[in-house]
Amino acid sequence: MAFDKMELRDIEVWDGNFAAAQAMRQCQIDVVAAYPITPSTPIVEGYAKFLADGYVEGEFVMVESEHAAMSGCIGAAAAGGRVATATSSQGFALMVETLYQASGMRLPIVLNVVNRALAAPLNVNGDHSDMYLGRDSGWIQFDAYCPQDAYDLNFIAFKVSEDHDVRLPCMVHQDGFLTSHTAQGVHTLTDDQGYGFVGEFKPMNDMLDFEHPVTHGVQTEEDWHFEHKARQHNDLMTKVMPKIQAAFDDFEKLSGRKYNIVEKYDMDDADVCVVCMGTSVETAREVATEMRAQGIKAGVVGIRVIRPFPFFEIREALKDIKAIAALDRSSPGGTVGMLFNEIAGSLYNSDSKALLSGYVYGLGGRDLTKANLVALFKELQANVDAGKVTTPLQQFIGVRGPKLAYL
Amino acid sequence: MLEIRWHSRAGQGAVTGAKGLADVVSTTGKHVQAFAFYGSAKRGAAMTAYNRVDDEVIMNHEKYMKPDYVFVIDPALAITTDITINHKETTKYIITTHLSKEELIKAQPKLEGKEVYTVDCITIANETIGRPIPNTPMLGAFMKVSGMYEIDFFKDSMKRVLEKLPQKIIDSNMLAIQRAYDEVK
Repeated sequence: MAFDKMELRDIEVWDGNFAAAQAMRQCQIDVVAAYPITPSTPIVEGYAKFLADGYVEGEFVMVESEHAAMSGCIGAAAAGGRVATATSSQGFALMVETLYQASGMRLPIVLNVVNRALAAPLNVNGDHSDMYLGRDSGWIQFDAYCPQDAYDLNFIAFKVSEDHDVRLPCMVHQDGFLTSHTAQGVHTLTDDQGYGFVGEFKPMNDMLDFEHPVTHGVQTEEDWHFEHKARQHNDLMTKVMPKIQAAFDDFEKLSGRKYNIVEKYDMDDADVCVVCMGTSVETAREVATEMRAQGIKAGVVGIRVIRPFPFFEIREALKDIKAIAALDRSSPGGTVGMLFNEIAGSLYNSDSKALLSGYVYGLGGRDLTKANLVALFKELQANVDAGKVTTPLQQFIGVRGPKLAYL
Repeated sequence: MLEIRWHSRAGQGAVTGAKGLADVVSTTGKHVQAFAFYGSAKRGAAMTAYNRVDDEVIMNHEKYMKPDYVFVIDPALAITTDITINHKETTKYIITTHLSKEELIKAQPKLEGKEVYTVDCITIANETIGRPIPNTPMLGAFMKVSGMYEIDFFKDSMKRVLEKLPQKIIDSNMLAIQRAYDEVK
């Protein structure tokens, strides 16, 4: 490999964006096609600088839109290279059409999604609207709670996505600003460790292999379309989780850092718990510990793998819980939140008698304070004490004006 | 947990200052967090940045904070914004101003009875770095007020943080840090 290595300290103070850019450098991405958008821009800027400074051997393709960015990534991945990019919000929305192309063509692409609200009204701050927009696109979705996760999950994403038994594109999500622009200590891998973990890119059905010509992006009508989609779904449902677990295990051996498909915190004897994603998971853990000092047995479940959804792991994690709050950081647009829906689906037909309530919070970067979470845990305990959900099933946390509640 | 809130204008280097401080503190084995409120801020718009420092891993990601220290690196913000918001009785203020402490408190009565330190970071930056970037001098003043680290250790650490800049700029930043350390009162 004809590129310079970079000496990193054991702990660097990086924000989530720079952590992701460093991981992309260490993975030695062949092609990044990118279009800038707040708050994800520094990821691809960082990669571009590493490339210009001779730390990466690759190509940076400047394009005219996010649709073109993902299209360029699809072309490069089909040609047979290691490919990644980053986007947020409106850019992600513009990419959606091509996201389905990438997964349908079974192309291993890593997309860093720095989560941000969707307009209108225009807002650059963090919520999970864009993450939720991509959840049926056939991609694997990982969620980071802090800059360390954003760094580590990039390596894991390449490892899983490029596996020849998987060959599905993969998103790594981090909270806009709360992770992407928040500097914290990040334990680093050396360049050799990082590259060694993901390994040399191994092409499959690559279009530049002229000895074995292949066709990508074909048309199939009612004769074959359903079979392609069903097999793609089958692989997501059956093949991906074991590979993710194996990658988590390998990564723990390498780094000592343990990731889980569902991240349980103080759940062994918990009566009440919140289920959430992003930075909220860590804040909720701190509050849960404080609630225990007040006599409320509180726990936290963080979703690490959003797609494929960890149906059985969630059922297992929540089996003895008496009251659960599903926290969705996206406006559900006329129904319950996604997490409420998935958790209900996981627990239905099980022995769980848990009381489940849903909360929408943090839209457009609205702060989720510890005080909000204290009130939430107390409300869950009140549900346990009453033996029923004492509130409407869907409430809003931290919104001004008249209290909003439905169902 | 030590918590700091910076009041700045976009472009004055509060984010760089907060991240620089976090970088230095991290090398001493403590856990750090540095972040800011952005919005669609334009250059010159009032903004805030934040530091958290703790012996344990920092899990709290709420933006709400009751700061131990408030740094004000633009002189007008002490007057035009509420720099005492979410304060506690023990909150200490380090404020960039050319005014004396008495004149400042007269101009901003909310500071009455508070622990206030003043230092003219803008003039120091102009005279050393040659540009009104008051972030590194504020950290020099903070070292004096807090006694967090020996000033020589802090300057050596900041040399590493700034290592990608031209030597002349690094040297002038060291002068600015030392001057603010000496001049804060």
